[in-house]
Amino acid sequence: MSGFLSSSIARKVAMALSALFLIFFLIMHLSVNLTSLFSETLFNHLSHFMGTNPMVQFLLQPILIFGVVFHFVMGFVLELKNKKATAVKYAKDNGAANSTWTSRNMVYSGLVILAFIVLHFIDFWIPELNVKYVHGDMSGLLEGTQDFRYFEELQHKFVNPLRVLAYVVSFVLLGLHLSHGFQSAFQSMGFNNKYTKTVKAAGKIYSIIVPAGFILVAVFHFLNH
Amino acid sequence: MTTLNSRIPKGPIKDKWTTYKDKIDLVNPANKRNIDVIVVGTGLAGGSAAASLAELGYNVKAFAYQDSPRRAHSIAAQGGINAAKNYQGDGDSTYRLFYDTVKGGDYRSREANVHRLAEVSGNIIDQCVAQGVPFARDYGGLLDNRSFGGVLVSRTFYAKGQTGQQLLLGAYSAMNRQIARGKIEMHNRHEMLDVVLVDGKARGIIARNMITGEIQRHSAHAVVIASGGYGNVYFLSTNAMGSNVTAGWKIHKKGAFFANPCYTQIHPTCIPRSGDYQSKLTLMSESLRNDGRIWVPAKIEDAKAIQEGKLKATEIAEEDRDYYLERRYPAFGNLVPRDVASRAAKERCDAGYGVNATGEAVYLDFAAAIDRYGKEQAKIKGIDNASASEIYDLGQAVVEAKYGNLFQMYEKIVDENPYKTPMMIYPATHYTMGGVWVDYNLMTTIPGCYCIGEANFSDHGANRLGASALMQGLADGYFVLPYTIGDYLSDDIRTGKISTDSPEFEEAEKSVKELINFFISNKGEHSVDYYHKKLGEIMWDKVGMSRNEKGLKEAMAEIKALREDFWKNVNVPGTSDEMNPELEKATRVADFLELGELFAKDALDRNESCGGHFREESVELDGEQEGEAKRNDKDFAYVSAWEYKGEPGDAVLHKEELEFNDIELKQRSYK
Amino acid sequence: MNLTLKIWRQKNADDKGQLVDYKVTDISEHMSFLEMMDVLNEQLINKGEEPVAFDHDCREGICGMCSMYINGEAHGPDRGITTCQLHMRSFKDGDTIHIEPFRATAFPVIKDLVVDRTSFDRIQQSGGYISVNTSGNTQDANATPISKIDADKAMDAATCIGCGACVATCKNSSAMLFVGAKVSQYALLPQGQVEATERVLSMVQQMDDEGFGNCTNTGACEVECPKGISLENIARMNREFLKASL
Repeated sequence: MSGFLSSSIARKVAMALSALFLIFFLIMHLSVNLTSLFSETLFNHLSHFMGTNPMVQFLLQPILIFGVVFHFVMGFVLELKNKKATAVKYAKDNGAANSTWTSRNMVYSGLVILAFIVLHFIDFWIPELNVKYVHGDMSGLLEGTQDFRYFEELQHKFVNPLRVLAYVVSFVLLGLHLSHGFQSAFQSMGFNNKYTKTVKAAGKIYSIIVPAGFILVAVFHFLNH
Repeated sequence: MTTLNSRIPKGPIKDKWTTYKDKIDLVNPANKRNIDVIVVGTGLAGGSAAASLAELGYNVKAFAYQDSPRRAHSIAAQGGINAAKNYQGDGDSTYRLFYDTVKGGDYRSREANVHRLAEVSGNIIDQCVAQGVPFARDYGGLLDNRSFGGVLVSRTFYAKGQTGQQLLLGAYSAMNRQIARGKIEMHNRHEMLDVVLVDGKARGIIARNMITGEIQRHSAHAVVIASGGYGNVYFLSTNAMGSNVTAGWKIHKKGAFFANPCYTQIHPTCIPRSGDYQSKLTLMSESLRNDGRIWVPAKIEDAKAIQEGKLKATEIAEEDRDYYLERRYPAFGNLVPRDVASRAAKERCDAGYGVNATGEAVYLDFAAAIDRYGKEQAKIKGIDNASASEIYDLGQAVVEAKYGNLFQMYEKIVDENPYKTPMMIYPATHYTMGGVWVDYNLMTTIPGCYCIGEANFSDHGANRLGASALMQGLADGYFVLPYTIGDYLSDDIRTGKISTDSPEFEEAEKSVKELINFFISNKGEHSVDYYHKKLGEIMWDKVGMSRNEKGLKEAMAEIKALREDFWKNVNVPGTSDEMNPELEKATRVADFLELGELFAKDALDRNESCGGHFREESVELDGEQEGEAKRNDKDFAYVSAWEYKGEPGDAVLHKEELEFNDIELKQRSYK
Repeated sequence: MNLTLKIWRQKNADDKGQLVDYKVTDISEHMSFLEMMDVLNEQLINKGEEPVAFDHDCREGICGMCSMYINGEAHGPDRGITTCQLHMRSFKDGDTIHIEPFRATAFPVIKDLVVDRTSFDRIQQSGGYISVNTSGNTQDANATPISKIDADKAMDAATCIGCGACVATCKNSSAMLFVGAKVSQYALLPQGQVEATERVLSMVQQMDDEGFGNCTNTGACEVECPKGISLENIARMNREFLKASL
C-alpha cells in the first residue's frame, strides 16, 4: 500500500472509519430485524424495500461490501505487520495484567465474525441474489402466493438449532469485538478528551444491546416458528 | 613545568566577560567545518556543548557510556535551576546571585567565573523555553519560581520535581537536531579510556565500544571532558551506578591538574542505607526541610529501643525528642545549609542516637506541619471546633499536594507510610565541587583539553547551593565554552585533519589494550565490587563528613594498600571483545582507587574547615560559634591544584591564590 | 527469602539464547530487584561463571536505562515504577521469577537482558526538537505567556523517560505512546507550532521505518508506563497527524 495509507496512523484511522461505518450499519440492520418480532407486515415491507430499491442495492450495498472487505483486509494487513514487529515472543507474558482479553484478541473475534458473515451470505444473501438476479424475480413474493416471502424465509432459517447456536456464538464474539472496537475507533481518530468516558459507556451499551438484539431475533424465531 | 595561569581578564568584574568576548579570537564559519571537537559525556554540560559547537559549524564527536545521551545523570536533578531573572521583583540581580554563590561556596570559588555564571543565567532560561522545556507556570501563563536553601530570593525555575530531566531532554533535543544534520557524530555505549596528546596538545581519545569491545582511535583538534562528578568514589552515593572519574582522571595523568578533590557535598536528606547489599542511595528533595522537623530521641535508652525495633517513633513523647537543628541553630533551624545539616545528623548518630537498625538515620517529621496546615485550612474553610482527625485530614491534603510524589517514592523504597510515621533520612554523597582545574576559558593545563560542568572545579567553591549545578552545566555548555574554545581553535584553522596513525595514538591504544588484557587475564579472587565497597568504606569512615589528620593519613595508607591488592587479586570474568560490564567497572574502580588517595591527601593538606570539607582540628573554640566549622582565610584562600607524578601520594600541589575584590570574606553563621 | 530465577541468557546478538535457571538464597525483602540481581552476579563471579548483563544506571527511576520483563510484565508487577524501583517485598519466598529482555523487532537483544533502543533516538532525531540555535538572544522567557493547563499537560507528556516499557508490553510492539508523548509536548506549546506539520509526519515515518507495530488501543502501555503517560497523547498525535496530512 502506498501513499497516505502506507503510514501506520493513516491505517489506524482507515480502520476506525470503516468500523464506524459498520457500527452504523449494524444499527440499521438490527432495526429492520427487530420489526420481525412484532410485525410480520412491517418486516416484509422494509425487507422488500431494502432488497429492491436501486439506491440501496446499487449504491449502499457496494459501499457496505467494500467497507466490510476493507475492514477485514486492513485488519489482517495490520495484524501481519504487527506480527513482524513482535517476531520473538516472551516465554512468560501476562497480558491480563494490563489489558482486556478482547482488546488483545480482536483478530480472533474478527475471524469468527468473518466466518459468520460467510455463513450469513450463504443463508440469506446468495439465495437473494439467486432469486432476484439469476431468476429475475423481483416481486419478493412467495412462489404461488400474494404474500411477501421474507418473513417466511427468516423463520425457516432459524429452525435448525445448530444454526441458531452458531449465530448466537458469533453475536457474542461480535459483542466482544465491539466492546473494544467502539471506543478504540474514536481513540484512533484522535478523539480522547473529557467526553471519552461517555464514549466508552456508549460503547459498552452498544456492544451489549446490538448483539443481544440480534440474538433475540434468532432465538425468538427459533422458539416461535 | 606547567604553571597556573587562570587567564582572568582585567577590568571591573561586571565587564570582564563582555569585554573578553568582544576581544576573543574567532574562527570563521568556513574554517569551522574543518575543525573537529570531541565531547566526552552528554549530560547538561556535554550535551549543551556538543549541540552548540555543532550549531556553530564544528564537527562534533560526542561520547556517552549510556545507550543514549538522554540518560546522563543530570536527568536525576530534582529541584530546579537558578537564574537571576528577578521575575518575582524581590530584589534579585546578577550581583546577588553572584554574591550568594560565592558566599554559599564558603569563599573558595573563583570570583570571575562565578560572576560570568550569574550573568548568563538568565539566557539559559530564555534558551530552554525557546527549546520547549515545559517549566512550571502560574495561572497568568508566566514562569513560576520557588525558593531554595541559603538565599533570600525566589529565583529557582523548575519543572515539577524533574527539572534536570527536562533540561537534559532540551539539550538532547538540540543534539538530536545536529545529529540529524550530520554535525554531531554520536557514539553511544562508548567509553573514553585515554586522552591522546600530540606535541603537548590534546588531539584525540582512545575509546572502547562497549558492545563489541573494539578499541577505537578518535582524533580532533580539541577534547572537551564533561563526564560529571566522582561521588562514586564512596561506592554509595546518589550518583548513577556508572558515574565515574575515568575521563577526568586519565587527563589528570596526562598533565591536567586536579583541583580541590576533597570538596564533596554530602546531602542531608537521603533515604538511609538498609543493608550491606545496598547499591545506591536515593535523594529526597531538599525542599522537604521547609516543612519537616528533624529530630532524634533525647534519651539514649529510647534510641537503643528504637534500633532494636522495640519502640516506635510515634510512641516517644514530645518532651523526649531532641530537635537538634532547632536547638543548635535557632535562627535557621531545619533550614541550615546542606553541610551543616549533614554534620549535625552525623554527630547525633555517632553519639548513638540514630533511629534505624544500623543506627544511621534521623527522623524527618511532618506531624507538626500537618497539624499547622490542618488548622490553617480549617480556618480558611470556616470549620469551627474541627476535630483532630478533621484537622489531620486537611493538613495531610496540603502536605500531599506539596510533596506527594516524594512521599510516594519514599514509601516505595522503605515500605512505610511517611504521613503516619516520620521519614528516616541520612546524609549521602551527592555532588563533588572539586574536579579538573580549568582557567577562565575552561581549559585544563593540557592545551586543547577543556573540562566543563561538574567535572571541573571552578564555580561552587567548597559547597554548592541548591539548583546551581544545572545552571553551571548549561552555562558552560551553551554560553561559555562555545566562545572560549574559538580562541584556541583559531590557531588550528590550517592544521587539517589530525591523523590517528601517529606514534602517540599507537602508544595510547597499546596501553589501553594492555590494561584491558591485564584485567581479563588476571583471574584473581575478588570481584570489582569487593574493592569498590572497601574503598567506599574507607572513604566514608575517614574522608567523609568529618575528617582529621590521623584518619586521613590512615586512609591514604589503606587506599594505597587496597589498590595494590586490587592489581594483584581482582577478578574480571568474560572476555574483552564483547559487552562486559565487569570489565567496565574494573577500569573505573582502578581510577577511583587512585583518586581516593589524592582526595585524602588534599583533605589532609587543607587544615581548615570550609563548606563540605570539615576538619576536626579547625573548629571555633569559644563564643557563640563554639564547635562550628572554622575557615582559615589567611592560610587557605587558595585552590589546590594537584599535578600527577606517577603515584597519587606523590602528587605536587600548585596553589591558585583566590582574590576577592568584590566580596568581603565573612564567617558563615546560621545561629 | 529463597527464589528461583529463570533468566534469559544470550551471548550476543547472533546467539540464539535460552532461559537458564538460577537459585538465590537469603534475599532480603528490602532489597531492590536490581540489588537482588547484584547478589546473583556476585555469586556467579565467585563461582567463575559469567554474570548476567543488564542495563541500569541511575537506580532511582528517572534515567530509563533499566529494562526487564519480569514475570510477564515490563518493569515487573508494581505500577508507576521502573525495574530499579521494584523491591523484593513484591515477591514471596519460594517464588519462581521469569526475567526476560524487552522484546521487539525494533529492540534487538545485545546481550542477555540488554537491548538496543537506539531506534528511539533515531525517531527523536527525525523531528523531536525545536529548531532554535543557542544564541543567548532568543526572546525573553516570559515574552509569550503559556496557559498553565497547556504547560502542565506538556510537562506530563515530557515526563517520558524513554525506557521502552510501552513497546515491550505492547502486543504489537508499537511505539506510539513514546512518539505521541514527544509530539504532544511540542503540540501543546506555542514554540512547537512552527514545525508541527513536518515534525509529526517525519517522526511517524521514522517510527514506521524502524519496524514498530501499529497501535490497537489495548491500553497496556498506559498501564505499564512507569511515568503514567496517558493514551490521550496517542490520540493527540493521531489528530496532529491527520491535521498535517489532510
